[in-house]
Amino acid sequence: MGDHSHGGPNDSGTVAKAGPASLEKFQDPGLPPHRKRLADTYPRAEKRAERQVAWLFVISIIGTLSFFIAYFVIGRTDSISALRTQNMLLGLGTAFAMLGIGVGIVHWAKTLMPDHEVSESRHEIRPEADRQDAAKIIGDVIEETGIKRRPLIRNTVIGAIALAPIPAIFMFRDLDRTGASANQIVDRLRYTMWDKDVKLVRDPSGTPIKASDVQIGSVFHVIPEGLSEAEHPLNEKAKAVVLLMRLDPSKMNISPGRENWHYNGIVAYSKICTHVGCPVALYEQQTHHLLCPCHQSTFDLTQECKVIFGPAGHALPQLPITVDSEGFLVAQSDFTEPVGPSYWERG
Amino acid sequence: MSTATEFRAKTRTGRIADFVDQRVGGSMMVKEFGRKIFPDHWSFMFGEVALYTFVILLISGTFLTFFFDPSMAETHYDGSYNPLRGVEMSVAYASSLDISFDVRGGLFMRQVHHWSALLFVASVSVHMLRVFFTGAFRKPRELNWVVGGVLLVLSMAAGFTGYSLPDDLLSGNGLRIIDGVIKAIPVVGTYISAFLFGGEFPGNAIIGRLYMLHIMLVPALILLMVAIHLFMVVVHKHTQYPGPGRTEDNVVGFPVGPVYAAKAGGFFFIVFGVIALISGFFTINPIWNYGPYDPSPVSAGTQPDWYIGWVDGALRLMPGVLGNFSFEWIIPFPWGNNTLVLNVLLPALVPAIVLLGLMFTWLWIERWVTRDNREHHILDRPRNAPFRTAVGVAGVIFYSVMWAAASSDLIATHFHVALNDVTYWLRVLFFAGPVIGFIVTRRLCLALQRKDRDIVLHGREAGIIEMSPEGAFSERHEPLDEYKRYRLVSFESHDVIPAQPNAAGHITGAEKRRGALSRFFFEDRVAPVTPAELAEAHAHHGPAAVESGEKAQIGH
Repeated sequence: MGDHSHGGPNDSGTVAKAGPASLEKFQDPGLPPHRKRLADTYPRAEKRAERQVAWLFVISIIGTLSFFIAYFVIGRTDSISALRTQNMLLGLGTAFAMLGIGVGIVHWAKTLMPDHEVSESRHEIRPEADRQDAAKIIGDVIEETGIKRRPLIRNTVIGAIALAPIPAIFMFRDLDRTGASANQIVDRLRYTMWDKDVKLVRDPSGTPIKASDVQIGSVFHVIPEGLSEAEHPLNEKAKAVVLLMRLDPSKMNISPGRENWHYNGIVAYSKICTHVGCPVALYEQQTHHLLCPCHQSTFDLTQECKVIFGPAGHALPQLPITVDSEGFLVAQSDFTEPVGPSYWERG
Repeated sequence: MSTATEFRAKTRTGRIADFVDQRVGGSMMVKEFGRKIFPDHWSFMFGEVALYTFVILLISGTFLTFFFDPSMAETHYDGSYNPLRGVEMSVAYASSLDISFDVRGGLFMRQVHHWSALLFVASVSVHMLRVFFTGAFRKPRELNWVVGGVLLVLSMAAGFTGYSLPDDLLSGNGLRIIDGVIKAIPVVGTYISAFLFGGEFPGNAIIGRLYMLHIMLVPALILLMVAIHLFMVVVHKHTQYPGPGRTEDNVVGFPVGPVYAAKAGGFFFIVFGVIALISGFFTINPIWNYGPYDPSPVSAGTQPDWYIGWVDGALRLMPGVLGNFSFEWIIPFPWGNNTLVLNVLLPALVPAIVLLGLMFTWLWIERWVTRDNREHHILDRPRNAPFRTAVGVAGVIFYSVMWAAASSDLIATHFHVALNDVTYWLRVLFFAGPVIGFIVTRRLCLALQRKDRDIVLHGREAGIIEMSPEGAFSERHEPLDEYKRYRLVSFESHDVIPAQPNAAGHITGAEKRRGALSRFFFEDRVAPVTPAELAEAHAHHGPAAVESGEKAQIGH
């Protein structure tokens, strides 16, 4: 530690001059002279600072007390506005309690504690003598284990230690709580609850939709009938949610094979964005664009939900639909491709 | 070991202290740390803020764990928040609502916890920027910089795992995005997703698992890293800014006892007080407005917590399809087709690799290019290391463009511009911004260095206009005192070190690249004023030089 040169507040502590004066480098003039504060010179200023610090601590005490007032006087409440007031007063009380202490201590340190800077010398982090001692110790230790002379022991211990943690990795195989095989894990991403003749019902009411109720320009948030009775409703919903819209059939560009997937211009598309899986919740009636609010992937309904902007890499899958004998909309089958974000095995 | 002069404490406190001292060697520690010197500068506070917000996170977080239940089982809410009464939701979300509405002060603690988390990552980030721009990462502190980088990553991990716990609509959609990104990982993505969620998304395992990570594993790692970080600070002693009396061999500042302990200790309460004030007045994450997680709805204009913004923004910037070219590549293999989801993989990985990679390797690059293997305890003023400052600013701009992109929809609605245009411009800035930032920053640094030279050689502008006998007006310049002058001249300016031949007389390819980089970094440089130059300037103009239209030239 060496040269802690603390003197009184009048003592600057150090005058480290770095080397002799030269033409190339300026000489270090050392620490500037200490400038006294008011409180160092005038007893009245000192007294004033003392009172200020004490007042700050008193403010902290008041803050702590007001916390209790907010806690007990407002108490437990059902009213949102009272809760908001309580939260505000708790925050104010805590803030005064903490800031009073903090500002008080800092003010104390800055006005009343010595403010002259002092110097302390640095030490070598690794003195050469220590390095030699350490190197010798390590050499001796290795020599005493004899690991260099006994390759049989060395190789077997390395082998054993390398193998021992591997079971710990396999232990994590059952993190998938469904007990699915590797193939099932991949396969289940391809299927949803949709199937032949599954009714399209409103989310969340579960009421079926008559084709005649779907007007041009309208949009329905749709789930498969029977979703709430499924084993894992949220898991099924995360794949099966569908948007139902109606277009003027003359505006639709239909690719071969999909001619009968719509019913009089009523089309159903997966609501799960093909980018990273947010619900594509925004529909612009005028332009027939679907917009994902998370990352702004934009899909054109008139072109079978092809990506026209944003980070999604492929079109929203279309659900083939038709009507049953009572005029309710039903699915013709499951989706013909996996819904949602792409993955390695999607193909 | 009784001796004739055995110490007997007189007071009760003294006897207790002596009892402890004889058993743990407290006197040694007091001798070591009681008067240890810490340099003082406002920019050294950021690390303190990081430490204190972490302490506040531990305190408020512990309180929250007494009431939070991380179960994803279905329940019907029957707490005191009317709009959601009877709604089906997970136990985790219901208990988060209970903390907010039915535990007195619970909402306040949630707010304190969330605000501290935001401030924690922010202060870690700003602290790292301070360390970078002042060159504090140089020998012997390289490993502490690496520990700091790990802490930054851990702080984001802590933030994200915590953000998802309330199981509200907003955080659920955040998790779904994570699931989408994980699924894009080639070969193993599908399985990692299944293992993480315990089956298909969302499953009923994820909240409990994140909870364990959030309250145990990640904080334990952070604590460990903080301990290593502070231990190394003690070993190295703190850096200090250049100035009179400050050398590579000393530390100038205030002793721990009493001044620094008081200032730093008091500062903890100030940080706590400010967070309490913010938490009392500004609502963060009003989960009751979002509702329980449901895979179908989503609200527009949602934002992740600020520190995840750059990743989210990168996801938004990447085009999925250009014309008819899709970034989802279908690769035909003998066993069938596989999909390489580049439109997700590239933005999720490349910026992170560039930013974190540069963060962790910059110190080795700088050491290699400058061939500087000396210890540095005196900091650089950022202007005095133009190349480093420029690289840092380029990195900040790269980050900020992605960060801004995470709000592209809000930028569009607030400033009434087209969302698509915002994205296009940000895509341009993503590539051009860092380059422009690098060039402009380097020029600014060099200009500031020239200004410093000017002030040293010709004095500071006194603000006094004088009229010469001929009637010409000029401003009087006053010479600096030697302390101020020393602050402006005591820096090192790296010179170009051209490629050097090795022992065999060959210039290796790596050495050629190093030489080229050295030229790129240090070709334009401003050297500090030497006493000889100052003497010459004084001889020209007299000590209180009057600047008469003539500008100081470099090396003049």
